[in-house]
Amino acid sequence: MNIEISNLHFAYPTGVQALRGISLTIESGEQVAIVGQNGAGKTTLVKHLNGLLQPTSGTVQIGDWNTKEHSVAKMARRVGYVFQNPDDQLFSKNVGIEVAFGPRNLGMNAEQVQRQVNEALAMTELSDKTETNPYDLSATWRKMVALASVIAMDTDIVIFDEPTTGQDAANIARIANVIKVLRERGKTVITITHDIDFCGENFARVIAMSQGRILLDGKANDALGQEDVLATTYVDPPQLTRLGKRLGFKETVRNEEEFLAGLKK
Amino acid sequence: MAIVELKNVTYKYPLTDTPVLKNINAQVNEGEFVAVIGPNGAGKSTLCYTVAGFVPHFFKGEITGTVEVAGSESSKSNLHEWVLNVGLAFQNPFNQISGAKYTVFEEIAFGLENIGVPREEMIQRVNDAMKLTGISELADRSPYSLSGGQQQRVALTSILVMRPKVLVLDEPTSQMDPIGTREVFGVIRALAEKGMTVILAEHKVEWIANFADRVVALHEGEIIADGKPSNVLTSDLLAEKGFGLSRYTSVARKAKAMGMWQKERLPVTLDEAVEGFTLTLPSPKGRGE
Repeated sequence: MNIEISNLHFAYPTGVQALRGISLTIESGEQVAIVGQNGAGKTTLVKHLNGLLQPTSGTVQIGDWNTKEHSVAKMARRVGYVFQNPDDQLFSKNVGIEVAFGPRNLGMNAEQVQRQVNEALAMTELSDKTETNPYDLSATWRKMVALASVIAMDTDIVIFDEPTTGQDAANIARIANVIKVLRERGKTVITITHDIDFCGENFARVIAMSQGRILLDGKANDALGQEDVLATTYVDPPQLTRLGKRLGFKETVRNEEEFLAGLKK
Repeated sequence: MAIVELKNVTYKYPLTDTPVLKNINAQVNEGEFVAVIGPNGAGKSTLCYTVAGFVPHFFKGEITGTVEVAGSESSKSNLHEWVLNVGLAFQNPFNQISGAKYTVFEEIAFGLENIGVPREEMIQRVNDAMKLTGISELADRSPYSLSGGQQQRVALTSILVMRPKVLVLDEPTSQMDPIGTREVFGVIRALAEKGMTVILAEHKVEWIANFADRVVALHEGEIIADGKPSNVLTSDLLAEKGFGLSRYTSVARKAKAMGMWQKERLPVTLDEAVEGFTLTLPSPKGRGE
């Protein structure tokens, strides 16, 4: 299911022009990271994908659905959205009920719901916590509950808003693994992140935004190598990309494997 | 001279069986900038609360050992006396913002109002503090209309304005972009150089390496390493325990195993990594081809 955004403009009621002409195609199964300084319009852009925000002008098309013609509740069948702060989306008395809420609302039968819940809990390593109240879990695990509750809806498109904020190394690795499994299942994953090392290690395509526009859009190795352009939206290339550049590597590297290969050349 | 001293501190939250801090012994000198690292659940926030007096005065629970700041002992003081010496900026600014004030300016003045600072001085101090953290233009906004990163700056500013002797910061930049992080670390470093003592719980290792004087590593409630950033952040022990380390350190550890890192010590910063790997490379690549 492709995403087609054409000439999207959005102004908040306060008059702030948050998006100034975004045109973008994301194909089914792509893994895309969106980076850029605070206020660049990243969250405003992704909130258009499930109809939480409607364009001031321009169109957003999810497969054959124009977001203007469908309710947010209906868009939720195609686009799942994991909020930055898990506490903005969790409300049930235990993890199992929380994660079942989404698929149940999509009208899946009990058996399907259970299967989706079990799979989502396994993917997020929460299988032993189904009876726990989400608010008795640490912030780390609440984040995983938020992920699971969206994954369980089995949408073709999944959006993560800043998934690694405040997470430790072990949990960042868990989140990276969730993204990998979603990739293997052919899901489209769109992730907003300030964690540029995480971006380099997990995403094939990178979009950099600045002041409501797309500054860069391309293969991760091409985009992340453009230090000067990224600097205009206050993004530093990943640590290993910078290191490779300082050492005079001819090719842009973005993870350990590529760096070590570059070192041997 | 030690301004913060923890002796044999063990602490359990109410209704729990397992201590979150286990026999913590540490001293922090006046003007020192100490970073506390560790996986989530290691006890970093609890340690911050303990130095700041919230443990045990606010959270209750069971504490043994002694916590001293500037010569007074926590268990023998009240929280309202304690906060004059120690300021804490919470990890989640939403939990810190009072909810009782309509503007950022008033929010930042809240602490000063409570300790009876004269009006003129209060206005001056609030303006100075906002300028320092770069939020002067937010003065008339509602604290709740701000982004996460902006709220974190407000939370930090409302502590700085109190001019505590010891500043305790629990992941103060977790919701900021890289430029925001850089600015806040710059402000903290400048304060430490002026003599403020800083204790910072943080995951962002590359920043710690460049800014902190010392690193304390917590693991399951215990201090497992304490020393210079360049020593602690490259130790094999931390790598084994699953601490998040800089990419430079991790990749150099792998390169070392492959015979492609020759120096004794692993790098933490970009400059150290460039220096070390340059020794491995036969000649500078990409030049004079």
